[in-house]
Amino acid sequence: MTALLSILVLVFILVAIWQMVKIFDLTQSDSDLNNQVANDKDNKINGYLMLGFLAFIYIITIWSFVALGEFPLMSNSASEHGPGVDSLMIISMIVIFIVQTITQFLLHYFAFKYRGEKGKKALFYADNNKLEAIWTIIPVIVLAVLIIQGLFTWTSIMNVNEDNDPLIVELYAQQFNWKARYGGGDNTLGKANVRLIDINRNNTLGVDEADPNAQDDVITTELHLPVGRPVLFKMRSQDVLHSAYMPHFRAQMNCVPGMITQFGFTPSVTTVDMRETPEMKEKVQNINKIRVKKSKALMANNEEALEPYTFDYLLLCNKICGKSHYNMQMKIIVETQEEYDAWIKTQKAFKNSLINN
Amino acid sequence: MSANADTHDAHDDHHHKETFVTKYIFSQDHKMIAKQYLITGTIMGVIGVIMSLMMRMQIAWPEEPNVIFEALLGKWAPDGVMDADIYLALVTIHGTIMVFFVLTAGLSGTFSNLLIPLQIGARDMASGFLNMVSYWLFFISSIIMVSSFFVEAGPAAAGWTIYPPLSALPLAQGGSGMGMTLWLVSMAIFIASSLLGSLNYVVTVINLRTKGMSMTRLPLTIWAFFVTAIIGIVSFPVLLSAALLLIMDRSFGTSFFLSDIFIQGEVLHYQGGSPVLFEHLFWFLGHPEVYIVILPAMGLVSEIMATNSRKPIFGYRAMITSILAIAFLSTIVWGHHMFISGMNPFLGSVFTFTTLLIAIPSAVKAFNWITTIWKGNIQMNPAMLFSIGFVSTFITGGLTGIILGDSALDINVHDTYFVIAHFHLVMGISALYGMFAGIYHWYPKMFGRMLNKKLGYIHFWITAICAYGVFFPMHFIGMAGLPRRYYTNSNFPLFDDLADTNQIITIFALIGGAIQLIYLWNFFYSIFYGKPAVQNPWRSTTLEWTAPVKHIHGNWEGDLPHVHRWSYDYSKPGHDEDFVMQNVPLKEGEEELQH
Repeated sequence: MTALLSILVLVFILVAIWQMVKIFDLTQSDSDLNNQVANDKDNKINGYLMLGFLAFIYIITIWSFVALGEFPLMSNSASEHGPGVDSLMIISMIVIFIVQTITQFLLHYFAFKYRGEKGKKALFYADNNKLEAIWTIIPVIVLAVLIIQGLFTWTSIMNVNEDNDPLIVELYAQQFNWKARYGGGDNTLGKANVRLIDINRNNTLGVDEADPNAQDDVITTELHLPVGRPVLFKMRSQDVLHSAYMPHFRAQMNCVPGMITQFGFTPSVTTVDMRETPEMKEKVQNINKIRVKKSKALMANNEEALEPYTFDYLLLCNKICGKSHYNMQMKIIVETQEEYDAWIKTQKAFKNSLINN
Repeated sequence: MSANADTHDAHDDHHHKETFVTKYIFSQDHKMIAKQYLITGTIMGVIGVIMSLMMRMQIAWPEEPNVIFEALLGKWAPDGVMDADIYLALVTIHGTIMVFFVLTAGLSGTFSNLLIPLQIGARDMASGFLNMVSYWLFFISSIIMVSSFFVEAGPAAAGWTIYPPLSALPLAQGGSGMGMTLWLVSMAIFIASSLLGSLNYVVTVINLRTKGMSMTRLPLTIWAFFVTAIIGIVSFPVLLSAALLLIMDRSFGTSFFLSDIFIQGEVLHYQGGSPVLFEHLFWFLGHPEVYIVILPAMGLVSEIMATNSRKPIFGYRAMITSILAIAFLSTIVWGHHMFISGMNPFLGSVFTFTTLLIAIPSAVKAFNWITTIWKGNIQMNPAMLFSIGFVSTFITGGLTGIILGDSALDINVHDTYFVIAHFHLVMGISALYGMFAGIYHWYPKMFGRMLNKKLGYIHFWITAICAYGVFFPMHFIGMAGLPRRYYTNSNFPLFDDLADTNQIITIFALIGGAIQLIYLWNFFYSIFYGKPAVQNPWRSTTLEWTAPVKHIHGNWEGDLPHVHRWSYDYSKPGHDEDFVMQNVPLKEGEEELQH
């Protein structure tokens, strides 16, 4: 309904504008055949509007930072490489902010200042190698700094060091859910291929039943990670492309059918600790306020109220994968080593999860 | 070019009887073909924009039934509630239509056809027949693309990038059946059309320049169209090959892009292929494609800014060099779309490096435009406003490229709304502004009448505010981690606090979309009832304004104009007028600028 109403209002606004223009046109003399070219009055009005638009750009920038400033994931990262990414992001944002502020000013201010007037003559100024050299070299220097820091950050994230005994976890994607497979006591994943999938025996990931490494593997629908221990994800997909996106850990990698991709990081904040950070508390409180409001509207329609929200890390699918792409998620729980050990013990080993006919 | 050709064509004029069909439908005249491209592109644009507005309404009010959905989507919106499959189809077809049919064919097709012969002083394109075939192939591919909405299982819905296996397997998605077949056929025809057009542009620019029109006297529009055509010739065939291989995988059982797939309870026979190969092939076109879109807009804007500032374009040679640099770099940066695709991370480093290099020629261009208006005598025609708007959104959108091009930062904003905000500003809105600027500026050349300037002003200012209103806040919800292409966000309480912002964005989008009706009205009304145009309404220097207002076959009565100077002699000292046309000989003692 809201949509329909807003569209109706729009149509009326359009009709009103059109009528105003028509009236405007009628009141003006038609003597100048070529009056669709800007005259001094147009230059003046639009010159001032250029200044106004500059103000508008600054205002929407400030408004965005004030009103939406808490949205960006630029603090509160939950992985060890996170702060590096965040600081690079902040540096880039500062560079962008400065360049944006200056260039938009120059562009719109010049447009205002040098608006046309009859009889004025423009400056014939076609070239200046020195100036052009300056604005070639400045971007080169700024970009060199950004590229170098970016490449260091990227290399340190992507070069997985297998010497420090990372926890090996397979992320397994299918339309439209995620599964995790742990290596078990030997921390080694058994071989797997989709050709080995046997639904009747509940071997849904196609794990090789004959592989000794596979026997103690653990397959779960929730991802538990011990805090402070490096994790190396091995990713597979059984049908189409998916992307394992874990925004709080600044981590993402595509899952590609027919190959194994990998991404590694070290979780640094447990779920419980993250819930207790002041930023997160405020965010959750804010979200719950919104949910309470929505629930009231729902209950008025005799529908069920929404459950209150508590924060959890999430794994989202971030590559278009079909109809229910928008709801392909898995909960991630970061906990202490003891909690993790206790949890993994309660999970069934692969060999015990098979159904023997 | 030669005197022979001149007399031959002039001779032709008098004996050619034109029927309605040869004049308006199967025309071989570049000016008519340009208009055909423009009007087809406009219609496709309207379809594409309506799709985006439906997507925005769905995102803002996901649970609410909407009469518009019910009316336009029929069975895919039972009781007015949009289906998830059709949402993805809208995403896909909106992207395809806007990128290829509006901003490639509609923009480059229109203005390359209109301006190349007129600005270089040629009677027509090198091959009028190929030019006609090119348009009609484009027309057929448009019809096929739109008709895919009327097939049983719906149109292609795998995103405009149509990554397999999703696009290859009808089992994975309804739209990957007949809908995807139509998409591929349509694109194959489109590519043929684009190649015919591009070859024609290149040949025409190289061979048919009039006497005195050296390459360094060409207006920047022609340089942009010329280089764009070359990029198209280099990269479009690669997409064609990708499409053909995908058709083989889909229909003939090959495994170029597919391997080890288990779907709907069965293992498929595919083995040994890789979707990553498709991504490489796709983006080898896909990235140059964004420059195919933006370079012509840059050319138009350069020309319009110089004319309306009454000043030469600043740094003409640097502008050409940066066009060439961008064109070269555009073919070696495609991997920045694939940082997290599973390719070797070392390649990520290489592509980060080449990608950020593109910022340098882009920065040169932006500063040169700003210097062009400095100390000008700026005539605020609607075309000029759109050109200034172009530079503004190009800067705003381009700057966030240094985040997305940086592989380490891309990890967390890849495929979020941040990306949508970035590329809509830098190539969507900017290229559209370039196109609008071109239309307002060359409308008198195309239709012999003027567009209403007041409607033009209203069109620009409301569009400009809405464009920022839509895409500026979008960066922030993207940085919050909201993935793109989600039918609704209500399954993630985490994103509940973004809902208000999404509604604000949608309201800006609806206003911005609706205001285009004013433009459409202005456009179609003025074709018949606009003020008649004079020969050179903007007091411009280039050759198209020496041709008569009324279109004639062969463009000029009598001999072709000869060129004596570059195209930017605005406010040159020693002349009474503040512009000197290219066909005016140098005065005694006057030196041509060493540009």
